Amino acid sequence: MSSDTTIGRKTRSANHYVADVDETPVAEVDAVKLDEKPSNLWRDAWRDLRRRPIFWISGVLILFIAFVALFPGLFTSTPPNSGCLLANSNGGPAPGHPLGFTKQGCDIYSRIIHGTSTSLSVGFIVIALTTVTGVVFGALAGFFGGFLDTVLMRVGDIFFSIPYILAAVVIMSVFSENRNIVVIALAIGVFAWPTTARVLRSEVLRVKNSDFVMAATATGLSKMAILFRHVLPNSIAPVIVVTTLSLGAAITAEATLSFLGVGLPPSEFMSWGNDISQAQRDLRTDPQTLIWPSIALTTTVLSFILLGEALRDALDPKARALR
Amino acid sequence: MSAAVPAGAVPASAPGGPLLEVRNLEVGFRTQGGMVTALNGVSFTIEQGESVAIVGESGSGKSTTAHAIINLLPGSGRITGGQVLFEGRDLATASRQELEEVRGKRIGFVPQDPMSNLNPVWSVGFQVEETIRANGLATGKREVRKKAIEVLQQAGLQDADRRLRQFPHQFSGGMRQRVLIGIGLASSPRLLIADEPTSALDVTVQRRILDHLESLTETVGTSLLFITHDLGLAAERAEKLIVMYKGKIVEAGPSLEILQNPLHPYTQRLIAAAPSLASRRIQASGQHLGSLAHTEAAPASGFDLITAAEERAEQVEAAPREPAVVVENLTKVFKIRSGGFKSVDFTAVDDVSFSIQKGTTTALVGESGSGKSTVAKLLLKLENATSGSISVQGRRIESLRGRELLSLRRAMQPVFQDPYGSLDPLTNIGNTIAEPLKVHKVGDRASRRERVFELLDQVSLPRVIAGRYPNELSGGQRQRVAIARALALKPDIVVLDEAVSALDVLVQAQILRLLAELQGELGLTYLFITHDLAVVRVIADNVCVMQKGRIVEAASTDQVFGSPQEQYTRDLLDAIPGAGIQLGV
Amino acid sequence: MAYYIVRRLLQAIPVLIGTTFLIYFMVFAMPGNPLLTLFGDRTPPPALLERLEQQYLLDQPFIIQYLNYLGNVVTGNFGISFSGQSVNDILARTFPVTLRLAFLAITIEMVIALSVGLISGLRKGGIFDASALVVSLLLISLPIFVLCFIAQFFFAVQLGWFSPTVGADASIPKLILPAIVLALFVVATAIRLTRASVIETSTADFVRTAYSKGLGRRRVVPVHILRNSLIPVTTQLGADFGLLIVGATVTEGIFNVPGVGNTLYQAIIRGERPTVVSFVTVMVLLYLIVNILIDLIYAVLDPRIRYVK
Repeated sequence: MSSDTTIGRKTRSANHYVADVDETPVAEVDAVKLDEKPSNLWRDAWRDLRRRPIFWISGVLILFIAFVALFPGLFTSTPPNSGCLLANSNGGPAPGHPLGFTKQGCDIYSRIIHGTSTSLSVGFIVIALTTVTGVVFGALAGFFGGFLDTVLMRVGDIFFSIPYILAAVVIMSVFSENRNIVVIALAIGVFAWPTTARVLRSEVLRVKNSDFVMAATATGLSKMAILFRHVLPNSIAPVIVVTTLSLGAAITAEATLSFLGVGLPPSEFMSWGNDISQAQRDLRTDPQTLIWPSIALTTTVLSFILLGEALRDALDPKARALR
Repeated sequence: MSAAVPAGAVPASAPGGPLLEVRNLEVGFRTQGGMVTALNGVSFTIEQGESVAIVGESGSGKSTTAHAIINLLPGSGRITGGQVLFEGRDLATASRQELEEVRGKRIGFVPQDPMSNLNPVWSVGFQVEETIRANGLATGKREVRKKAIEVLQQAGLQDADRRLRQFPHQFSGGMRQRVLIGIGLASSPRLLIADEPTSALDVTVQRRILDHLESLTETVGTSLLFITHDLGLAAERAEKLIVMYKGKIVEAGPSLEILQNPLHPYTQRLIAAAPSLASRRIQASGQHLGSLAHTEAAPASGFDLITAAEERAEQVEAAPREPAVVVENLTKVFKIRSGGFKSVDFTAVDDVSFSIQKGTTTALVGESGSGKSTVAKLLLKLENATSGSISVQGRRIESLRGRELLSLRRAMQPVFQDPYGSLDPLTNIGNTIAEPLKVHKVGDRASRRERVFELLDQVSLPRVIAGRYPNELSGGQRQRVAIARALALKPDIVVLDEAVSALDVLVQAQILRLLAELQGELGLTYLFITHDLAVVRVIADNVCVMQKGRIVEAASTDQVFGSPQEQYTRDLLDAIPGAGIQLGV
Repeated sequence: MAYYIVRRLLQAIPVLIGTTFLIYFMVFAMPGNPLLTLFGDRTPPPALLERLEQQYLLDQPFIIQYLNYLGNVVTGNFGISFSGQSVNDILARTFPVTLRLAFLAITIEMVIALSVGLISGLRKGGIFDASALVVSLLLISLPIFVLCFIAQFFFAVQLGWFSPTVGADASIPKLILPAIVLALFVVATAIRLTRASVIETSTADFVRTAYSKGLGRRRVVPVHILRNSLIPVTTQLGADFGLLIVGATVTEGIFNVPGVGNTLYQAIIRGERPTVVSFVTVMVLLYLIVNILIDLIYAVLDPRIRYVK
């Protein structure tokens, strides 16, 4: 089939080609195609997580560390503090004492095992504090906006402007008498929450402008119901990631404070930071006294960082595109 | 056309060889599940000075074809087979250096979205000048600058020398597209590929820019490959049409011939569903819809917009006449923070009055920023008006609170534009549709469940999707769910805010048809908000044209299309693609 | 631009007031004689106690005390240290050293972050990218003091490339090891961010358009990809500076660098709390100033900010 056309600017002949209908059958418009399994963000994230070795490695590590923290007696029968003999000072591995001895002649392995619960307790109290404060501040500021937003976020700016470890140093200096796990966790957490608040606020701002929130308003759903039923569930994923990552950061912070001597009193608490601090003078001669608690500390922090990364990859579509 | 020619093959006709010959092009994208074929044996030619348009829906492979020609496929895309012969050289296998030589200099490219295609951190002058340098069009600082000014002036930018120093964000969308056209044509290439160059722009701007592009390519003798989703636009702007579907060419040939005599069922569907063509046909017939006798054979049922429009017109004529919505002197002023600590008043809606008869459709038409969506929000009481009054079914809505407000919400429901944003991704379809019922405490669990199924039937969705989540559905299906949710409370009035604008033409036609059917069945009153005048022709009884917050013209659809009173309305009408096409109605 | 600067400076005022108030409140709003609480079980020299009482106007109501303290901070008077020296004198001596260290560290950080991040981003999913990810995650997990000891043990004690401590003169070559440690401490997030923004920018429409104009890779990568990636990386630098301050405190202490951080470190170790409070205030002030500077750099890098009317 061929014809002359006068459309456009020129006259030119062209063929009229039609594909074989059998080869390109026309499908039904907008047919519903469903996978076998229902899917949404959480199910997809879980499916994604299950396939990641990093998730399983970090998950198993964390479960193991938590188990050690809860039942230290199952791993060592040597008490961490008593029974230290100065004769064993900086001694190497001996039967029943696989990692050797500290300067005071205490068993390194036992001290590491008993230090686990300190690190984890501080970490979990800190994130409980930062998450609750951060979520309340971030959700209220983002969802209600206006004056409340300005006030809350200015308060957040102020807390954010003091690096939280420095703030904790000051607080711990003031509380020189009764330092304990709750006090140190408060000292770290009081200045660490604005990160969570900022992350949640920006998510809430994004979600609350969605058409589905407008549609829910138009059906007559109340503001609070919209916040809890539609806005928060859709903005909480990044908070989970941040919380997991800050758990690692909180454990590091406790160790750093203890290392600086403003953490937990060494006489009452096992803390890896304290032991590292004690061991630093013997770095040249007896590095093992420093290496083992450092490895314990780094492994614990790394587990939470890895879990956070795996969660980020699974929960944040943007992070998925970066892989 | 003989069936003996292998599928996808267009025999080269012109002597001396074509400018561009694409042979059996295959493109694949690597995904987690292996290679996904995007183009499957695409072949076509472009002669010297010829203009060709590729038309298709999203996912048809039309943009992929454009990108494959200059070997700039995004991400994991690869040419897996075939040839792209440009001036006799195969670009599919050319070296990087050869490609850089051809790009910009021999083949110009005008991208789709003017907002994202200029680098925000460099001045416009910088980005034009680097093109000029890269293609050796001028040397020396002063010469390059002179050429840059020339390029921008040619692209139709006023006071180009001052504009050079400005940054993209200081330009409007239309101006940015002019810059991109200037860059694409800077070295007078043999071929210009324009990938949906104006679909992100308002219709009146679109028309001016396309006219300009056409005259530029014509003077230089540049061949034009034009990618678009709009059949009317394609036919108006190109000599030859290529219709693509699922990575294949289904039909190709002279534009008018394809429009008048489409042979492939897919093309037939596409033509029946294109609003711009439908509105032209209705217009050309010069008759009132109800009595329009047209001879188009409805190809596949459900897509012919004219049939849908006729059916609707008949039903509406039978409806009783009483106002469902009365808007009087409605004004909305926003405070916008400007520099310093002052704020400037911005009047988004300015003294707007209109009314909607029960059981009819009134369209509110305007370009972006005209205030049409703000009217919708005021009507739905999602925002409060600065002054003026709105009455719905005889009740003033301004001071409604508590239970009265709830009953207003029950009588009036919205459907929004973005099919991907209008459903909560974490709530399953059943609960989404049932939510209004729960809020208004309608029925018990079992009866709500029944009602959800009933609504899914009404919008022609299978009942099984009640347990599924929005991300499993296509845009059109989500829009159906949104409609089902809006209908859950059996409202009298539905506000459709650009409800079909984001959809492909076939799906759009399907939804328009559904809306028309539902209106007839349930006696619904629609406020239809859109930027697309062509769609208005087939769905609305009355039209209000908005410009800068004001209604400039309000009349029945036949009057507005037949004898527009205002210049602005005429501009909008002229901007509907396909004006130059004579269709045998 | 002028408007932007003025607005940014005005925004800093409530933050300055708020932060100083918080620090002051934490120390002085505790029950009992705050000075004695500050010294704990130590006995302060009587002369010092007297001067501190004068400095903090302890007989006045709390708000007057605070305003007086704020006035001192704003006029650059940070009080006296435990040893009775003026904090300003100590600062004059130690600040240049810390500035040198910080400058070195940030330079090393930026060089590593931009080059590693760029290569990782351009070769996403390759061996280099995977190794960079592993190393980054490990670096994020290492507490600063462990990092210090690793560096000290291997590069100074075992290999003998550097001296394990810096000492009084603090010349640039001696500062290199602590600077590297400090850079490594903060570099991981910067690498990850550079990588992310390189990947994101690479798929941006304007990059494809740049290629379609006929530009080569050698122009597109630095001019269109790397240049745009600088914007988020710079923003992150401001947030990282807080980490850098904490890192510097520990690093200067362990490597015995005679800088501001070391003074704070020694004060913490010895429990000299008035000095701690003074120096934390100095650090917070520094942090505020650096963040203002970074916002200004940000405006220079991003014309969309610069040209807001």
